[in-house]
Amino acid sequence: MPKFALPSQSGPCRVLSFDDKCVGCNKCVNVCPMDVMIPNPEKGEEPIVVFAEECWFCGGCVQECPIGALTLVTPAKQRISTIWKRKETGEEFRVGMRNPPPPVTTPPSGNR
Amino acid sequence: MNWHEYAIKHGKLPEWPYEISYGKENVVESDVLVVGGGVAGCRAAIAALQQGASVAVAERGFTKRSGLGGAGVDHWHGAVTNPCSKITPEMYSDTAMKISDGYTNGLARYIIGKEGWDTLLELEEMGVQIRDEDDEFKDTMFRDEETKLLFAYDLDNKHCLRVYGNNIKPCLDAEMRRLGAGVYDRTCITALLTEGGRQGARVIGAMGVNDRTGEFFVFKAKAVVVATGGGKRLGSFAPELTESQSMFHINLTNMGHTIAWNAGAELVMMDQLYVGGLDMGYAPYSMGNADNTYQGAPTVDANGVRVQHASATGTLLTDERQIFQSANPDTFVIGHGIGLGPTNTQEYSVSTLDHALNDKISSGELRLPLYNDFTLLDEKHRRLIWGLMLSHEGKTRVPIYETLSKWGFDPDKDMLQYAVTNAELLSHRSSWTGLEHSPKNWVVTAGGGGIITDWRLQGSLPGMFAAGGFPLFGSGCHGEAQTTGRYAGRQAARFASEHDSAEPDRAQIEREKRELFAPVENEGGDIGWKELNYAIARVVQDYCGRYKTEEILDLGIKRLKDLRDTEGRRTYANNPHELGRLVECFRLIDLGICYMEAAKARKASSKILGFSRVDYPEMDPPEWNCLLPISQSDGQVHVRKLPCDYYRQAPYSDCLAENYEKYTVPAKKEAT
Repeated sequence: MPKFALPSQSGPCRVLSFDDKCVGCNKCVNVCPMDVMIPNPEKGEEPIVVFAEECWFCGGCVQECPIGALTLVTPAKQRISTIWKRKETGEEFRVGMRNPPPPVTTPPSGNR
Repeated sequence: MNWHEYAIKHGKLPEWPYEISYGKENVVESDVLVVGGGVAGCRAAIAALQQGASVAVAERGFTKRSGLGGAGVDHWHGAVTNPCSKITPEMYSDTAMKISDGYTNGLARYIIGKEGWDTLLELEEMGVQIRDEDDEFKDTMFRDEETKLLFAYDLDNKHCLRVYGNNIKPCLDAEMRRLGAGVYDRTCITALLTEGGRQGARVIGAMGVNDRTGEFFVFKAKAVVVATGGGKRLGSFAPELTESQSMFHINLTNMGHTIAWNAGAELVMMDQLYVGGLDMGYAPYSMGNADNTYQGAPTVDANGVRVQHASATGTLLTDERQIFQSANPDTFVIGHGIGLGPTNTQEYSVSTLDHALNDKISSGELRLPLYNDFTLLDEKHRRLIWGLMLSHEGKTRVPIYETLSKWGFDPDKDMLQYAVTNAELLSHRSSWTGLEHSPKNWVVTAGGGGIITDWRLQGSLPGMFAAGGFPLFGSGCHGEAQTTGRYAGRQAARFASEHDSAEPDRAQIEREKRELFAPVENEGGDIGWKELNYAIARVVQDYCGRYKTEEILDLGIKRLKDLRDTEGRRTYANNPHELGRLVECFRLIDLGICYMEAAKARKASSKILGFSRVDYPEMDPPEWNCLLPISQSDGQVHVRKLPCDYYRQAPYSDCLAENYEKYTVPAKKEAT
């Protein structure tokens, strides 16, 4: 693996992550209001985040993904400030923690 | 995958994926052009199409999710004619004017009051849920049993609704396209076309650049609706610090203001300038608070001691219902986040936390951190806040509701921590705004400045209409934007049906193209768009901040022009995306000059306008309690004084309803 001289990222470099299900349909690329991503030149591969610092974290891309392959990655500064405490036990949790509690699966209110 | 992962994996950088044709000219003709495809623009397009006009929409992003309202909304303000409301359009408009010393848009607020509910009902027909159809909140104080509508802020007067707004933008987008709008996404509009290319003449279209291909667009139209977003990049620019994770995003450059200003239109309230800090990057709504979407959420300190809610005027509240009532039975809660920030009376504001919170924290009586303890709420109220409001508010469905749920946050068991920040703000602000963590002189130019209009929402230039929370002066929120968009779209269609199209001036087009594409032909350019944007923000922070004088403002204007003519000529754009951002920067320079000219025009200071002049320190002298419409032509700036209630003075009637009836264009349901 060659070693490149790359500039340091000036902010969070991973605002989105794609899982293995991604088939490179690029619906997320096209719905993004800021045009943060470009399609991958390799057909079928996941899109490339080019303008990470322009991401507004609106989540439109996540909602657009037909197969749920896309996750918004909360920047570290916000992971460490989004904290909650379980009232009964006093345990602290946060976004991005190691060994998180199981996900809560209650759907949003509304029928559509 | 990120660009550097791609580079490491493939040993090369990804090539620009779209075919680039800088300056290739495309001409689009329509009866009505809508500049900006946010919620106001989509409503304008739909309304104009329903009137039978052909419509083109030029959008900076992608209409399905773009705009400040693209990610959803949970409150619908101004629907005062809903069947449960005790507020009239007159009360809504007059109160807004009263509490802001006249510095808001009484005309638009009347239209909003008059049509906000109809606008929402149409949205329901397009597929947006606006009622508790599944009876999830049956038998709660927030619901009207007959209509199943849910209310916020003021349960006595019931004029502000809770809505399931997450899918609003996809619904509007689909309807607009179904009716036949020509939608031009990724288009950065940079100028309006005027008859003969003259400032101050009729508006006959617009020009812009596509930020994927670099192609140039000429939109020819009989009428134009300016429905763009607000602006933050002028005085607050730090995407690497904030991760753009604020309530404003990077497409927001007040472009509509600038293209109107450059075309010679009159703007007002550009002298409303709040000096404040920059939101340093908490995620909106990600932390405990008792404000806005979290209104009514109980707060406790680190020992579990309850922090009481207080009325807007400071009375401690003991009953949950009082949180959603006015501080004074003779007033009503006008709303929150609708551009009526500083007011001359608290009586019409929403409830807060204990006004002594700061003292109690400082003295040790309450122990930090604070938390929202949702378990103190009954199950339905808890679900109303977390399940409805937090899952439908703009920018909360994915980054907050889904993300926190995925990481195990359970409102039935857990307490959400507040920011440990400026305690003075905790009682009445969303703690995630974190305003204390920033240099004191950083400027947020978040005032209500915008285009001044007549009762048709037509600006001072024939053929140019304004709609939305930002282009229309006086500001507003989501529902207001949709309502004024719907109204202006009808008016623009009417204007188009009564006027012929006009051929654009070739010289104006050539001038715009030369300026737009200079950076891509600039070999050896070494200043990128961000460096230029930081410099613009610096000038605005320094010269349009707390210490405004005639001399300082003149220096600020000089500095901005200097930036344009010096560093501006050394700029580069690696691809059309960067060119789009760079073009926005050049327009931000024009906008900054407009703000400073407006600041020069007001020779007094003003509390509501957040406006301080060192050389004119007197606060709100009566002779300056007026709007100052400002415009430019041939290098000259023109200012006049106009009464704040100009819309009920000659040639208009003093009666709001009479004016409305005289000038409104009746709505049509289906395209003709």
